[in-house]
Amino acid sequence: MKIENENIEIKLLLEAMYLKYGYDFKNYSKASIKRRILYRLSRSGLKTISEMQHKILYDKQFFEILIQDFSINVTEMFRDPSFYKSIREKVIPVLKKLPFIKIWHAGCATGEEVYSMAILLKEESLYDKTTIYATDFNEGVIKKAKDGIYPAERLKEYTCNYQKAGGKSSFADYYSAKYDYALINKSLEKNIVFAEHNLVTDWVFGEMNMIMCRNVLIYFNRDLQTRVIHLFRNSLCKDGFLCLGSKESIRFSECSDDFVDFVKKEKIYRKK
Amino acid sequence: MKYEAIVIGVSSGGMITLDKILRHLPSDFALSIIIVQHQHPESDDFLARFLDARCSLTVKQADEKEIIMPGKIYIAPPNYHLLVEEDKTLSLSTNKHVNFARPSIDVLFETAADVFGEKLVGIILTGANEDGSRGLKKIKESGGLTIVQDPDTAEVATMPKAAIASTKVDYILPLENIGPFICSLYALWLKE
Ligand SMILES: C[S@@+](CC[C@H](N)C(=O)[O-])C[C@H]1O[C@@H](n2cnc3c(N)ncnc32)[C@H](O)[C@@H]1O
Repeated sequence: MKIENENIEIKLLLEAMYLKYGYDFKNYSKASIKRRILYRLSRSGLKTISEMQHKILYDKQFFEILIQDFSINVTEMFRDPSFYKSIREKVIPVLKKLPFIKIWHAGCATGEEVYSMAILLKEESLYDKTTIYATDFNEGVIKKAKDGIYPAERLKEYTCNYQKAGGKSSFADYYSAKYDYALINKSLEKNIVFAEHNLVTDWVFGEMNMIMCRNVLIYFNRDLQTRVIHLFRNSLCKDGFLCLGSKESIRFSECSDDFVDFVKKEKIYRKK
Repeated sequence: MKYEAIVIGVSSGGMITLDKILRHLPSDFALSIIIVQHQHPESDDFLARFLDARCSLTVKQADEKEIIMPGKIYIAPPNYHLLVEEDKTLSLSTNKHVNFARPSIDVLFETAADVFGEKLVGIILTGANEDGSRGLKKIKESGGLTIVQDPDTAEVATMPKAAIASTKVDYILPLENIGPFICSLYALWLKE
């Protein structure tokens, strides 16, 4: 009974967020959304999800807090080093043949993934002919991505990832450490365009040679995943690469036949 | 009482412990089993393959949006939380660590309790932290059956002890009895 009502309340809350602010979470995986809502509820002093719905309608700041909760921004530099190693060894040789390169990071969170790619491109002498589009639907994280300032406590882990990913130089070359923070070199930001883009409501994003969208689709239900994969197919040029997170796949979708496995284990696909 | 699914949480010492339990299950066993075993984030699916080779049921690493099937055993992939969805599918998340763990036992247990309610069995096994205590409590509150490995028979007693301290669990069983006990639940289920 309680759970049944809770689920109804959650549906109404998501509908309210959509009608009022245009953010559509109705096709996100429910279990995760529910945990985020209950987490916020427990910290808000409100008693029920229905009360929360009322507050969201009348208090934009509270809505923004909830958006932060919903957009799970957990990320790291060179996450899954073996993935970056495959990019370096298998994808880069193909990209080297192009006159210029366009790469889109969809759901880039606070930018660690984008700078990892920028470093890799620099080391492979491709950076100067590349434009990187880094997008997320969360304005706050885009700003952080632009700033490129990361807590120093994670540098050890990142250095280790960088090395495992086949880094050719010293990771310390790419940032300057200040107190508790590491500031990413500005030269890495030069060819990156940061922008807001919502995968649920916005559409195609130009003709890309490579799209990276890692650990975003897992938060969507199958319908929404299908839409987004469609969107990616339409935003890729022929022979372009699509890179998903290690537990994500396009193989359930109607676009499946439009792609071949390029590095199967790392979920790197290539558009036919 | 008909049970539909079993969730198991286990940490250090898990591989041998799981093997000792799962090997009891007959090939026509019809409950779904979902397991969180704490692992190194860069581990592959060795654990699932190891158990699959030794047990008469299919053991596999859980895929995202996979439908939970009767008689199958799913193991959370390393470095992802594993959640149960309303429509009885599995989903993954890279959300922050919970109790210093990803996958976290609490996350699996709490979401499973929401979906399976009184048709759920929760089992806490050996481990060196306190993950799973909250989740087991929620299973109990939702009317499910709660079982903890007798700490004296656990390789590391911390996790079972923490679970017993936070919930009035239904059964505290020595390791060698857990497999047969699960089989008896299933036999009961067959009779009904
Ligand atoms: C777990 S992070 C993944 C970050 C990075 N790609 C990685 O793999 O480390 C998920 C990101 O997806 C973003 N996101 C969620 N829904 C989105 C949407 N509808 N459109 C664009 N980005 C979205 C979140 O804001 C968050 O930054």
